[in-house]
Amino acid sequence: MASHQDFERSIGDVVARIGQLKELASERGLDVEAELKKLEARLEELRTETLESLTPMERVKIARHQQRPHSLDMMERVFTDFVELHGDRAFRDDPAVVCGWARLDGRSLMVIAQQKGRNTKENLKRNFAMMHPEGYRKALRMMRMAEKYGRPVITIIDTPAAYPGIGAEERGQAEAIARNLLEMSLIEVPILAAVIGEGGSGGALGLSVADRIVMLEYAIYSVISPEGCASILWKENTEEARSKAASALKLTAPDLLFLGVIDEVIGEPPGGAHEDWDATATALKESLTRNLADLDKRSVADLLDGRYAKYRKMGAWDGD
Amino acid sequence: MAWFRKEKKKLVKQKRELPADVWKKCDGCGEIIYREKLNENAGVCGKCGYHFRIGPADYARLLLDDALEKEYDSELRSVDPLEFVGPTPYAERYERAIKKGGTKEAVLTGAGHVEGMPVQFGVMDFGFIGGSMGSVVGEKIARVAERALDEKNPLIIVSASGGARMMEGVLSLMQMAKTSSALGRMHRSRLPYISILTHPTTGGVTASFAMLGDVIIAEPGALIGFAGPRVIEQTIGQELPDGFQRAEFLLEHGMVDIVVARPELKPTVSRLLQHMVG
Ligand SMILES: [Zn+2]
Repeated sequence: MASHQDFERSIGDVVARIGQLKELASERGLDVEAELKKLEARLEELRTETLESLTPMERVKIARHQQRPHSLDMMERVFTDFVELHGDRAFRDDPAVVCGWARLDGRSLMVIAQQKGRNTKENLKRNFAMMHPEGYRKALRMMRMAEKYGRPVITIIDTPAAYPGIGAEERGQAEAIARNLLEMSLIEVPILAAVIGEGGSGGALGLSVADRIVMLEYAIYSVISPEGCASILWKENTEEARSKAASALKLTAPDLLFLGVIDEVIGEPPGGAHEDWDATATALKESLTRNLADLDKRSVADLLDGRYAKYRKMGAWDGD
Repeated sequence: MAWFRKEKKKLVKQKRELPADVWKKCDGCGEIIYREKLNENAGVCGKCGYHFRIGPADYARLLLDDALEKEYDSELRSVDPLEFVGPTPYAERYERAIKKGGTKEAVLTGAGHVEGMPVQFGVMDFGFIGGSMGSVVGEKIARVAERALDEKNPLIIVSASGGARMMEGVLSLMQMAKTSSALGRMHRSRLPYISILTHPTTGGVTASFAMLGDVIIAEPGALIGFAGPRVIEQTIGQELPDGFQRAEFLLEHGMVDIVVARPELKPTVSRLLQHMVG
Protein backbone atom coordinates (compact mmCIF):
# COMPACT_ATOMS: atom_id res chain seq x y z
CA MET A 1 0.00 0.00 0.00
CA ALA A 2 1.54 3.28 -1.08
CA SER A 3 1.68 5.82 1.71
CA HIS A 4 0.51 9.33 1.00
CA GLN A 5 1.95 12.55 2.34
CA ASP A 6 0.19 15.85 3.04
CA PHE A 7 0.45 17.22 -0.46
CA GLU A 8 -0.95 13.96 -1.79
CA ARG A 9 -4.04 14.00 0.40
CA SER A 10 -6.52 14.61 -2.38
CA ILE A 11 -4.81 11.88 -4.40
CA GLY A 12 -5.14 9.65 -1.35
CA ASP A 13 -8.88 10.37 -1.23
CA VAL A 14 -9.31 9.37 -4.85
CA VAL A 15 -7.24 6.22 -4.36
CA ALA A 16 -9.38 5.33 -1.34
CA ARG A 17 -12.58 5.83 -3.33
CA ILE A 18 -11.30 3.66 -6.14
CA GLY A 19 -10.57 0.98 -3.55
CA GLN A 20 -14.06 1.29 -2.08
CA LEU A 21 -15.66 1.08 -5.51
CA LYS A 22 -13.70 -2.04 -6.41
CA GLU A 23 -14.70 -3.64 -3.13
CA LEU A 24 -18.30 -2.73 -3.77
CA ALA A 25 -18.09 -4.20 -7.22
CA SER A 26 -16.69 -7.51 -6.08
CA GLU A 27 -18.99 -7.79 -3.05
CA ARG A 28 -22.25 -6.86 -4.68
CA GLY A 29 -21.42 -7.45 -8.33
CA LEU A 30 -22.22 -3.86 -9.28
CA ASP A 31 -21.06 -2.42 -12.57
CA VAL A 32 -18.70 0.40 -11.61
CA GLU A 33 -16.66 0.44 -14.82
CA ALA A 34 -17.71 3.94 -15.92
CA GLU A 35 -17.30 5.46 -12.45
CA LEU A 36 -13.89 3.79 -12.08
CA LYS A 37 -12.69 5.16 -15.40
CA LYS A 38 -13.70 8.66 -14.36
CA LEU A 39 -11.90 8.35 -11.04
CA GLU A 40 -8.77 6.98 -12.62
CA ALA A 41 -8.66 9.85 -15.08
CA ARG A 42 -9.10 12.25 -12.16
CA LEU A 43 -6.27 10.50 -10.34
CA GLU A 44 -3.91 10.93 -13.28
CA GLU A 45 -4.90 14.59 -13.51
CA LEU A 46 -4.37 15.15 -9.81
CA ARG A 47 -0.97 13.51 -9.88
CA THR A 48 0.24 15.72 -12.69
CA GLU A 49 -1.23 18.84 -11.08
CA THR A 50 0.27 17.99 -7.72
CA LEU A 51 3.72 17.49 -9.13
CA GLU A 52 3.57 20.67 -11.16
CA SER A 53 2.59 22.80 -8.20
CA LEU A 54 5.08 21.31 -5.76
CA THR A 55 7.15 23.62 -3.63
CA PRO A 56 10.90 22.88 -3.44
CA MET A 57 10.45 21.42 0.08
CA GLU A 58 7.73 19.11 -1.22
CA ARG A 59 10.12 18.00 -3.93
CA VAL A 60 12.69 17.28 -1.23
CA LYS A 61 10.11 15.01 0.40
CA ILE A 62 9.50 13.16 -2.87
CA ALA A 63 13.26 12.72 -3.32
CA ARG A 64 13.26 11.11 0.15
CA HIS A 65 9.93 9.29 -0.26
CA GLN A 66 9.70 5.98 1.61
CA GLN A 67 8.66 4.15 -1.54
CA ARG A 68 11.04 5.87 -3.93
CA PRO A 69 13.15 3.35 -5.85
CA HIS A 70 16.69 3.08 -4.55
CA SER A 71 19.85 2.30 -6.52
CA LEU A 72 19.56 -1.51 -6.40
CA ASP A 73 15.89 -1.28 -7.43
CA MET A 74 16.97 0.66 -10.51
CA MET A 75 20.03 -1.47 -11.17
CA GLU A 76 18.13 -4.75 -11.34
CA ARG A 77 15.82 -3.18 -13.92
CA VAL A 78 18.47 -1.36 -15.98
CA PHE A 79 21.47 -3.72 -15.95
CA THR A 80 22.15 -7.42 -16.38
CA ASP A 81 24.96 -9.72 -15.29
CA PHE A 82 25.86 -7.69 -12.18
CA VAL A 83 28.89 -8.95 -10.28
CA GLU A 84 29.30 -7.05 -7.03
CA LEU A 85 32.86 -6.30 -5.88
CA HIS A 86 33.72 -5.30 -2.35
CA GLY A 87 36.24 -3.36 -0.32
CA ASP A 88 38.84 -0.63 -0.54
CA ARG A 89 41.74 -3.10 0.02
CA ALA A 90 42.84 -1.01 2.98
CA PHE A 91 40.28 -0.88 5.76
CA ARG A 92 36.91 -2.51 5.09
CA ASP A 93 33.96 -2.79 2.74
CA ASP A 94 31.55 0.15 2.92
CA PRO A 95 28.03 -1.18 2.28
CA ALA A 96 26.72 2.38 1.76
CA VAL A 97 28.10 2.13 -1.76
CA VAL A 98 27.55 -0.83 -4.08
CA CYS A 99 30.09 -1.40 -6.85
CA GLY A 100 30.64 -3.94 -9.56
CA TRP A 101 30.64 -5.01 -13.19
CA ALA A 102 27.33 -4.91 -14.99
CA ARG A 103 25.97 -4.82 -18.53
CA LEU A 104 23.86 -2.18 -20.19
CA ASP A 105 22.27 -3.70 -23.31
CA GLY A 106 24.95 -6.36 -23.21
CA ARG A 107 27.81 -3.92 -22.88
CA SER A 108 30.16 -4.31 -19.92
CA LEU A 109 30.71 -1.36 -17.61
CA MET A 110 31.42 -0.45 -13.97
CA VAL A 111 28.53 0.64 -11.76
CA ILE A 112 29.06 2.56 -8.52
CA ALA A 113 25.89 3.26 -6.58
CA GLN A 114 24.96 4.75 -3.23
CA GLN A 115 22.43 2.50 -1.54
CA LYS A 116 19.82 3.53 1.02
CA GLY A 117 18.04 0.98 3.16
CA ARG A 118 14.28 0.56 3.20
CA ASN A 119 13.95 -0.44 6.85
CA THR A 120 15.88 -0.10 10.11
CA LYS A 121 17.87 -3.27 9.61
CA GLU A 122 18.90 -2.34 6.09
CA ASN A 123 19.71 1.21 7.10
CA LEU A 124 21.91 -0.06 9.91
CA LYS A 125 23.89 -1.95 7.29
CA ARG A 126 23.81 0.75 4.61
CA ASN A 127 24.25 3.66 7.05
CA PHE A 128 21.43 5.51 5.21
CA ALA A 129 23.73 5.60 2.15
CA MET A 130 26.14 7.88 4.00
CA MET A 131 29.57 6.77 2.89
CA HIS A 132 32.75 6.60 4.95
CA PRO A 133 36.20 7.39 3.46
CA GLU A 134 36.71 3.70 2.65
CA GLY A 135 33.57 3.90 0.47
CA TYR A 136 35.06 6.68 -1.64
CA ARG A 137 38.32 4.75 -1.84
CA LYS A 138 36.49 1.59 -2.89
CA ALA A 139 34.72 3.59 -5.60
CA LEU A 140 38.03 4.99 -6.83
CA ARG A 141 39.54 1.51 -6.96
CA MET A 142 36.64 0.39 -9.15
CA MET A 143 36.99 3.40 -11.45
CA ARG A 144 40.67 2.62 -11.92
CA MET A 145 39.76 -0.97 -12.75
CA ALA A 146 37.23 0.22 -15.32
CA GLU A 147 39.89 2.50 -16.80
CA LYS A 148 42.35 -0.40 -17.00
CA TYR A 149 39.92 -2.38 -19.16
CA GLY A 150 38.60 0.59 -21.12
CA ARG A 151 35.07 0.29 -19.72
CA PRO A 152 32.85 3.25 -18.95
CA VAL A 153 31.77 4.14 -15.41
CA ILE A 154 28.20 4.83 -14.33
CA THR A 155 27.64 6.29 -10.88
CA ILE A 156 24.21 6.38 -9.25
CA ILE A 157 23.79 9.12 -6.68
CA ASP A 158 21.40 8.91 -3.73
CA THR A 159 22.79 10.04 -0.38
CA PRO A 160 21.90 12.60 2.28
CA ALA A 161 25.60 13.30 2.90
CA ALA A 162 29.02 11.83 3.48
CA TYR A 163 28.96 10.45 7.02
CA PRO A 164 30.02 12.95 9.70
CA GLY A 165 31.49 10.74 12.44
CA ILE A 166 34.62 10.06 14.47
CA GLY A 167 35.92 7.18 12.37
CA ALA A 168 35.16 9.03 9.16
CA GLU A 169 37.28 11.97 10.32
CA GLU A 170 40.07 9.74 11.63
CA ARG A 171 40.34 7.97 8.30
CA GLY A 172 40.24 11.18 6.26
CA GLN A 173 36.75 11.78 4.90
CA ALA A 174 37.85 15.10 3.42
CA GLU A 175 40.92 13.60 1.76
CA ALA A 176 38.95 10.69 0.34
CA ILE A 177 36.39 12.98 -1.30
CA ALA A 178 39.04 15.44 -2.51
CA ARG A 179 41.09 12.59 -3.99
CA ASN A 180 38.07 11.33 -5.93
CA LEU A 181 37.40 14.80 -7.34
CA LEU A 182 40.96 15.05 -8.61
CA GLU A 183 41.23 11.48 -9.89
CA MET A 184 37.82 11.50 -11.55
CA SER A 185 38.91 14.54 -13.55
CA LEU A 186 41.72 12.41 -15.01
CA ILE A 187 40.08 8.97 -15.49
CA GLU A 188 40.46 8.08 -19.16
CA VAL A 189 37.09 6.42 -19.75
CA PRO A 190 33.61 7.97 -19.98
CA ILE A 191 31.97 8.73 -16.63
CA LEU A 192 28.21 9.16 -16.47
CA ALA A 193 26.48 10.18 -13.22
CA ALA A 194 22.77 9.76 -12.51
CA VAL A 195 21.19 11.50 -9.52
CA ILE A 196 18.10 9.45 -8.66
CA GLY A 197 17.18 10.72 -5.19
CA GLU A 198 19.19 12.91 -2.87
CA GLY A 199 22.40 14.52 -4.07
CA GLY A 200 23.76 15.41 -0.66
CA SER A 201 26.63 17.89 -0.92
CA GLY A 202 30.23 16.61 -0.91
CA GLY A 203 28.89 13.13 -0.27
CA ALA A 204 27.29 13.16 -3.71
CA LEU A 205 29.99 15.18 -5.45
CA GLY A 206 32.65 12.65 -4.43
CA LEU A 207 31.11 10.23 -6.96
CA SER A 208 29.84 12.65 -9.57
CA VAL A 209 32.67 14.41 -11.36
CA ALA A 210 31.48 13.16 -14.73
CA ASP A 211 31.24 13.84 -18.45
CA ARG A 212 27.45 13.95 -18.18
CA ILE A 213 25.18 14.30 -15.18
CA VAL A 214 21.57 13.26 -15.61
CA MET A 215 18.97 13.66 -12.91
CA LEU A 216 15.51 12.30 -12.26
CA GLU A 217 12.83 14.99 -12.31
CA TYR A 218 12.13 14.98 -8.56
CA ALA A 219 15.63 14.28 -7.36
CA ILE A 220 17.51 17.06 -5.57
CA TYR A 221 21.15 18.12 -5.45
CA SER A 222 22.35 20.63 -2.87
CA VAL A 223 25.36 22.05 -1.07
CA ILE A 224 23.55 21.55 2.25
CA SER A 225 20.27 20.00 3.38
CA PRO A 226 17.34 22.39 3.93
CA GLU A 227 17.48 21.32 7.60
CA GLY A 228 21.17 22.23 7.90
CA CYS A 229 20.72 25.52 6.07
CA ALA A 230 17.70 26.46 8.20
CA SER A 231 19.53 25.83 11.44
CA ILE A 232 22.62 27.78 10.37
CA LEU A 233 21.02 30.78 8.65
CA TRP A 234 17.52 30.96 10.17
CA LYS A 235 18.76 29.55 13.48
CA GLU A 236 15.62 27.45 13.80
CA ASN A 237 14.44 24.04 12.75
CA THR A 238 10.81 24.72 11.91
CA GLU A 239 8.97 23.50 8.81
CA GLU A 240 8.71 27.14 7.72
CA ALA A 241 12.46 27.76 7.96
CA ARG A 242 13.21 24.47 6.20
CA SER A 243 10.82 25.40 3.37
CA LYS A 244 12.43 28.81 3.00
CA ALA A 245 15.86 27.21 2.92
CA ALA A 246 14.77 24.62 0.34
CA SER A 247 13.47 27.41 -1.91
CA ALA A 248 16.52 29.62 -1.44
CA LEU A 249 19.01 26.82 -2.20
CA LYS A 250 17.69 26.16 -5.75
CA LEU A 251 18.12 22.43 -5.38
CA THR A 252 15.54 21.00 -7.79
CA ALA A 253 16.43 19.29 -11.07
CA PRO A 254 15.06 22.15 -13.24
CA ASP A 255 17.06 24.67 -11.13
CA LEU A 256 20.23 22.64 -11.59
CA LEU A 257 19.69 22.39 -15.33
CA PHE A 258 19.24 26.15 -15.45
CA LEU A 259 22.41 26.70 -13.40
CA GLY A 260 24.38 24.50 -15.81
CA VAL A 261 25.29 21.93 -13.17
CA ILE A 262 23.46 19.00 -14.77
CA ASP A 263 22.96 18.08 -18.41
CA GLU A 264 19.56 16.45 -18.54
CA VAL A 265 16.35 16.02 -16.53
CA ILE A 266 14.74 12.59 -16.86
CA GLY A 267 10.94 12.78 -16.60
CA GLU A 268 9.33 10.68 -13.87
CA PRO A 269 6.05 8.76 -14.21
CA PRO A 270 2.82 10.52 -13.08
CA GLY A 271 2.90 10.86 -9.30
CA GLY A 272 6.67 10.44 -9.14
CA ALA A 273 9.15 7.57 -9.36
CA HIS A 274 7.63 5.86 -6.30
CA GLU A 275 4.40 5.27 -8.24
CA ASP A 276 6.05 3.22 -10.98
CA TRP A 277 9.54 1.80 -10.56
CA ASP A 278 9.51 0.02 -13.94
CA ALA A 279 8.64 3.14 -15.91
CA THR A 280 11.29 5.09 -13.99
CA ALA A 281 13.90 2.44 -14.79
CA THR A 282 12.92 2.46 -18.48
CA ALA A 283 13.37 6.23 -18.66
CA LEU A 284 16.69 6.06 -16.79
CA LYS A 285 17.98 3.29 -19.04
CA GLU A 286 17.05 5.19 -22.18
CA SER A 287 18.96 8.23 -20.94
CA LEU A 288 22.06 6.27 -19.86
CA THR A 289 22.22 4.37 -23.15
CA ARG A 290 21.83 7.48 -25.28
CA ASN A 291 24.39 9.54 -23.31
CA LEU A 292 26.91 6.74 -23.27
CA ALA A 293 26.61 6.26 -27.03
CA ASP A 294 27.30 9.95 -27.41
CA LEU A 295 30.38 9.86 -25.15
CA ASP A 296 31.70 6.81 -27.03
CA LYS A 297 32.42 9.02 -30.03
CA ARG A 298 35.00 11.05 -28.12
CA SER A 299 38.74 10.42 -28.05
CA VAL A 300 40.39 10.24 -24.61
CA ALA A 301 41.85 13.74 -25.07
CA ASP A 302 38.46 15.17 -26.05
CA LEU A 303 36.83 13.40 -23.15
CA LEU A 304 39.24 14.85 -20.57
CA ASP A 305 39.26 18.32 -22.12
CA GLY A 306 35.47 18.31 -22.20
CA ARG A 307 35.23 17.17 -18.59
CA TYR A 308 37.70 19.86 -17.50
CA ALA A 309 35.87 22.58 -19.43
CA LYS A 310 32.53 21.48 -17.99
CA TYR A 311 33.57 22.16 -14.38
CA ARG A 312 35.92 25.01 -15.27
CA LYS A 313 33.02 27.17 -16.40
CA MET A 314 30.71 26.47 -13.46
CA GLY A 315 29.89 29.37 -11.20
CA ALA A 316 28.94 33.00 -11.71
CA TRP A 317 30.94 36.15 -11.05
CA ASP A 318 31.55 39.70 -12.20
CA GLY A 319 34.84 40.97 -13.64
CA ASP A 320 37.42 39.17 -15.79
CA MET B 1 37.41 26.33 40.41
CA ALA B 2 36.98 29.36 42.65
CA TRP B 3 40.57 30.53 42.39
CA PHE B 4 40.44 30.16 38.64
CA ARG B 5 37.42 32.41 38.33
CA LYS B 6 39.06 35.03 40.51
CA GLU B 7 42.19 35.04 38.42
CA LYS B 8 40.17 35.39 35.25
CA LYS B 9 38.41 38.41 36.71
CA LYS B 10 41.73 39.97 37.66
CA LEU B 11 43.02 39.59 34.12
CA VAL B 12 39.96 41.22 32.62
CA LYS B 13 40.48 44.19 34.92
CA GLN B 14 44.10 44.40 33.98
CA LYS B 15 43.18 44.38 30.31
CA ARG B 16 40.86 47.30 30.75
CA GLU B 17 43.64 49.39 32.16
CA LEU B 18 45.85 48.72 29.17
CA PRO B 19 45.33 50.22 25.73
CA ALA B 20 44.07 47.38 23.53
CA ASP B 21 46.17 48.42 20.57
CA VAL B 22 49.40 47.91 22.52
CA TRP B 23 48.61 44.76 24.52
CA LYS B 24 46.78 41.52 23.78
CA LYS B 25 45.70 38.71 26.04
CA CYS B 26 46.74 35.24 24.87
CA ASP B 27 43.78 32.92 24.19
CA GLY B 28 46.09 30.00 24.93
CA CYS B 29 47.67 30.83 28.30
CA GLY B 30 46.04 34.09 29.37
CA GLU B 31 49.36 35.93 29.38
CA ILE B 32 49.28 39.62 28.46
CA ILE B 33 51.51 40.06 25.42
CA TYR B 34 53.03 43.20 24.00
CA ARG B 35 51.46 43.49 20.53
CA GLU B 36 54.68 44.51 18.83
CA LYS B 37 56.39 41.42 20.19
CA LEU B 38 53.48 39.29 18.97
CA ASN B 39 53.81 40.80 15.50
CA GLU B 40 57.54 40.14 15.45
CA ASN B 41 56.82 36.52 16.29
CA ALA B 42 54.30 36.03 13.41
CA GLY B 43 51.34 36.15 15.79
CA VAL B 44 52.61 33.31 17.97
CA CYS B 45 52.58 33.57 21.78
CA GLY B 46 56.17 33.41 23.04
CA LYS B 47 55.08 31.67 26.22
CA CYS B 48 52.69 28.90 25.11
CA GLY B 49 53.03 28.83 21.32
CA TYR B 50 49.38 29.70 20.72
CA HIS B 51 48.83 30.78 17.10
CA PHE B 52 46.71 33.92 16.82
CA ARG B 53 44.85 34.42 13.56
CA ILE B 54 46.81 36.57 11.13
CA GLY B 55 45.54 38.04 7.87
CA PRO B 56 46.23 37.05 4.26
CA ALA B 57 48.67 39.93 3.76
CA ASP B 58 50.57 38.77 6.88
CA TYR B 59 50.95 35.29 5.38
CA ALA B 60 52.16 36.76 2.08
CA ARG B 61 54.82 38.74 3.99
CA LEU B 62 55.70 35.74 6.14
CA LEU B 63 56.12 33.23 3.32
CA LEU B 64 57.30 35.29 0.36
CA ASP B 65 60.55 37.23 -0.07
CA ASP B 66 58.89 40.50 -1.10
CA ALA B 67 55.30 39.72 -0.12
CA LEU B 68 52.88 39.40 -3.05
CA GLU B 69 54.68 40.91 -6.03
CA LYS B 70 51.65 40.62 -8.32
CA GLU B 71 48.03 40.20 -7.29
CA TYR B 72 45.59 38.42 -9.63
CA ASP B 73 41.89 38.77 -10.20
CA SER B 74 41.29 41.24 -7.36
CA GLU B 75 38.28 42.62 -9.25
CA LEU B 76 36.28 39.38 -9.27
CA ARG B 77 32.97 39.75 -7.40
CA SER B 78 30.09 37.43 -6.63
CA VAL B 79 26.87 38.19 -8.49
CA ASP B 80 24.49 36.45 -6.06
CA PRO B 81 23.63 33.84 -8.71
CA LEU B 82 20.69 32.34 -6.78
CA GLU B 83 19.34 35.73 -5.65
CA PHE B 84 19.55 34.05 -2.31
CA VAL B 85 16.73 34.95 0.06
CA GLY B 86 17.84 34.45 3.65
CA PRO B 87 17.33 36.24 6.98
CA THR B 88 20.01 38.60 5.64
CA PRO B 89 20.12 38.74 1.84
CA TYR B 90 23.44 37.43 0.49
CA ALA B 91 24.02 40.60 -1.55
CA GLU B 92 23.77 42.68 1.62
CA ARG B 93 26.07 40.41 3.59
CA TYR B 94 28.56 40.44 0.74
CA GLU B 95 28.63 44.25 0.54
CA ARG B 96 29.16 44.42 4.29
CA ALA B 97 32.09 41.99 4.08
CA ILE B 98 33.72 44.07 1.35
CA LYS B 99 33.20 47.35 3.24
CA LYS B 100 34.75 45.85 6.35
CA GLY B 101 38.07 46.33 4.59
CA GLY B 102 40.95 43.94 4.20
CA THR B 103 40.51 41.52 1.31
CA LYS B 104 37.71 41.78 -1.22
CA GLU B 105 36.96 38.07 -1.26
CA ALA B 106 37.82 35.05 0.84
CA VAL B 107 41.02 34.37 -1.08
CA LEU B 108 43.95 36.50 -2.19
CA THR B 109 46.01 35.13 -5.11
CA GLY B 110 49.17 36.23 -6.85
CA ALA B 111 52.83 35.55 -7.46
CA GLY B 112 56.04 35.96 -5.49
CA HIS B 113 59.29 34.27 -4.57
CA VAL B 114 60.31 31.86 -1.80
CA GLU B 115 64.03 32.28 -1.16
CA GLY B 116 64.51 33.24 -4.77
CA MET B 117 62.29 30.58 -6.31
CA PRO B 118 59.27 31.94 -8.24
CA VAL B 119 55.97 30.57 -6.92
CA GLN B 120 52.25 31.03 -7.43
CA PHE B 121 50.48 31.80 -4.19
CA GLY B 122 47.01 31.81 -2.66
CA VAL B 123 45.90 32.62 0.86
CA MET B 124 42.40 32.51 2.31
CA ASP B 125 40.80 35.06 4.60
CA PHE B 126 38.63 33.55 7.33
CA GLY B 127 37.40 37.07 8.09
CA PHE B 128 35.56 37.25 4.77
CA ILE B 129 32.24 35.39 5.32
CA GLY B 130 34.04 32.66 7.25
CA GLY B 131 36.53 32.03 4.46
CA SER B 132 33.72 30.36 2.56
CA MET B 133 34.25 29.15 -1.01
CA GLY B 134 31.82 30.52 -3.57
CA SER B 135 32.27 30.98 -7.32
CA VAL B 136 34.92 33.70 -6.93
CA VAL B 137 37.12 31.70 -4.54
CA GLY B 138 36.86 28.63 -6.78
CA GLU B 139 37.62 30.65 -9.88
CA LYS B 140 40.63 32.42 -8.33
CA ILE B 141 42.09 29.14 -7.05
CA ALA B 142 41.58 27.47 -10.45
CA ARG B 143 43.21 30.44 -12.20
CA VAL B 144 46.24 30.55 -9.91
CA ALA B 145 46.69 26.79 -10.47
CA GLU B 146 46.50 27.40 -14.23
CA ARG B 147 49.11 30.18 -13.87
CA ALA B 148 51.34 27.66 -12.10
CA LEU B 149 50.83 25.34 -15.08
CA ASP B 150 51.62 28.05 -17.62
CA GLU B 151 54.66 29.36 -15.77
CA LYS B 152 55.75 25.89 -14.60
CA ASN B 153 55.88 27.21 -11.02
CA PRO B 154 55.12 25.51 -7.75
CA LEU B 155 51.86 26.48 -6.05
CA ILE B 156 51.41 27.29 -2.37
CA ILE B 157 47.95 27.74 -0.86
CA VAL B 158 47.28 28.74 2.75
CA SER B 159 43.76 27.63 3.70
CA ALA B 160 41.32 28.84 6.36
CA SER B 161 37.67 28.19 5.73
CA GLY B 162 34.34 27.15 7.18
CA GLY B 163 33.51 25.39 3.90
CA ALA B 164 31.32 26.05 0.90
CA ARG B 165 29.41 29.35 0.69
CA MET B 166 25.88 28.03 0.97
CA MET B 167 24.34 31.26 -0.29
CA GLU B 168 25.70 30.31 -3.72
CA GLY B 169 24.06 26.90 -3.40
CA VAL B 170 25.19 24.06 -5.59
CA LEU B 171 27.43 26.42 -7.58
CA SER B 172 29.65 26.72 -4.52
CA LEU B 173 29.74 22.92 -4.26
CA MET B 174 30.91 22.71 -7.87
CA GLN B 175 33.94 24.87 -7.04
CA MET B 176 35.30 21.83 -5.21
CA ALA B 177 35.30 19.92 -8.50
CA LYS B 178 36.67 22.91 -10.41
CA THR B 179 39.64 23.52 -8.10
CA SER B 180 40.43 19.80 -7.78
CA SER B 181 40.37 19.38 -11.57
CA ALA B 182 42.82 22.27 -11.98
CA LEU B 183 45.11 20.63 -9.42
CA GLY B 184 44.73 17.38 -11.36
CA ARG B 185 46.29 19.10 -14.36
CA MET B 186 49.17 20.36 -12.21
CA HIS B 187 49.64 16.86 -10.87
CA ARG B 188 49.78 15.46 -14.41
CA SER B 189 52.47 18.04 -15.25
CA ARG B 190 54.48 17.09 -12.15
CA LEU B 191 54.32 20.54 -10.59
CA PRO B 192 54.57 20.79 -6.81
CA TYR B 193 51.62 21.95 -4.76
CA ILE B 194 52.13 22.64 -1.07
CA SER B 195 49.00 23.05 1.01
CA ILE B 196 49.20 24.86 4.36
CA LEU B 197 46.26 24.35 6.69
CA THR B 198 45.50 26.98 9.33
CA HIS B 199 42.81 27.31 11.97
CA PRO B 200 40.13 26.42 11.03
CA THR B 201 39.94 24.53 7.74
CA THR B 202 36.73 22.52 7.35
CA GLY B 203 34.02 21.48 4.91
CA GLY B 204 34.23 21.88 1.15
CA VAL B 205 37.66 23.50 1.17
CA THR B 206 39.14 20.61 3.15
CA ALA B 207 37.31 18.14 0.90
CA SER B 208 38.91 19.65 -2.18
CA PHE B 209 42.11 21.63 -2.74
CA ALA B 210 43.24 21.85 0.90
CA MET B 211 43.74 18.07 1.25
CA LEU B 212 45.31 17.62 -2.19
CA GLY B 213 48.79 18.98 -1.52
CA ASP B 214 51.78 16.85 -2.51
CA VAL B 215 52.85 17.97 0.93
CA ILE B 216 50.29 19.08 3.50
CA ILE B 217 51.55 21.27 6.34
CA ALA B 218 49.35 22.14 9.32
CA GLU B 219 49.82 24.89 11.87
CA PRO B 220 49.89 23.68 15.50
CA GLY B 221 46.46 23.43 17.10
CA ALA B 222 44.57 24.15 13.87
CA LEU B 223 41.12 22.57 13.62
CA ILE B 224 41.00 20.58 10.38
CA GLY B 225 38.16 18.36 9.29
CA PHE B 226 35.41 17.48 6.88
CA ALA B 227 32.42 17.96 9.18
CA GLY B 228 32.39 20.60 11.90
CA PRO B 229 32.61 19.31 15.49
CA ARG B 230 29.04 20.41 16.28
CA VAL B 231 27.58 18.47 13.36
CA ILE B 232 29.49 15.36 14.43
CA GLU B 233 28.35 15.70 18.04
CA GLN B 234 24.75 16.05 16.90
CA THR B 235 25.06 13.01 14.64
CA ILE B 236 26.69 10.62 17.08
CA GLY B 237 25.05 12.06 20.20
CA GLN B 238 28.21 12.26 22.26
CA GLU B 239 30.93 14.75 23.10
CA LEU B 240 34.12 14.63 21.10
CA PRO B 241 37.42 13.77 22.76
CA ASP B 242 39.95 16.53 23.49
CA GLY B 243 42.21 17.31 20.59
CA PHE B 244 39.84 15.74 18.04
CA GLN B 245 40.36 17.18 14.53
CA ARG B 246 43.35 19.22 15.68
CA ALA B 247 46.53 19.35 13.57
CA GLU B 248 48.35 16.93 15.90
CA PHE B 249 45.43 14.46 15.69
CA LEU B 250 45.59 14.55 11.89
CA LEU B 251 49.35 14.02 11.98
CA GLU B 252 48.88 10.99 14.22
CA HIS B 253 46.23 9.57 11.86
CA GLY B 254 48.38 10.09 8.78
CA MET B 255 46.33 12.87 7.23
CA VAL B 256 48.95 15.65 7.16
CA ASP B 257 52.69 15.44 6.50
CA ILE B 258 54.07 17.88 9.07
CA VAL B 259 52.89 20.18 11.82
CA VAL B 260 55.02 23.32 11.60
CA ALA B 261 54.99 26.36 13.88
CA ARG B 262 54.43 29.57 11.95
CA PRO B 263 57.94 31.04 12.27
CA GLU B 264 59.32 27.84 10.68
CA LEU B 265 56.84 27.79 7.78
CA LYS B 266 58.93 29.61 5.21
CA PRO B 267 62.19 27.71 5.76
CA THR B 268 60.24 24.44 5.69
CA VAL B 269 58.45 25.33 2.44
CA SER B 270 61.70 26.44 0.89
CA ARG B 271 63.52 23.21 1.80
CA LEU B 272 60.63 21.13 0.47
CA LEU B 273 60.59 22.97 -2.83
CA GLN B 274 64.34 22.52 -3.17
CA HIS B 275 63.86 18.77 -2.76
CA MET B 276 61.00 18.66 -5.21
CA VAL B 277 62.16 20.92 -8.02
CA GLY B 278 65.34 22.72 -6.97
ZN1 LIG C 1 50.09 32.02 25.27
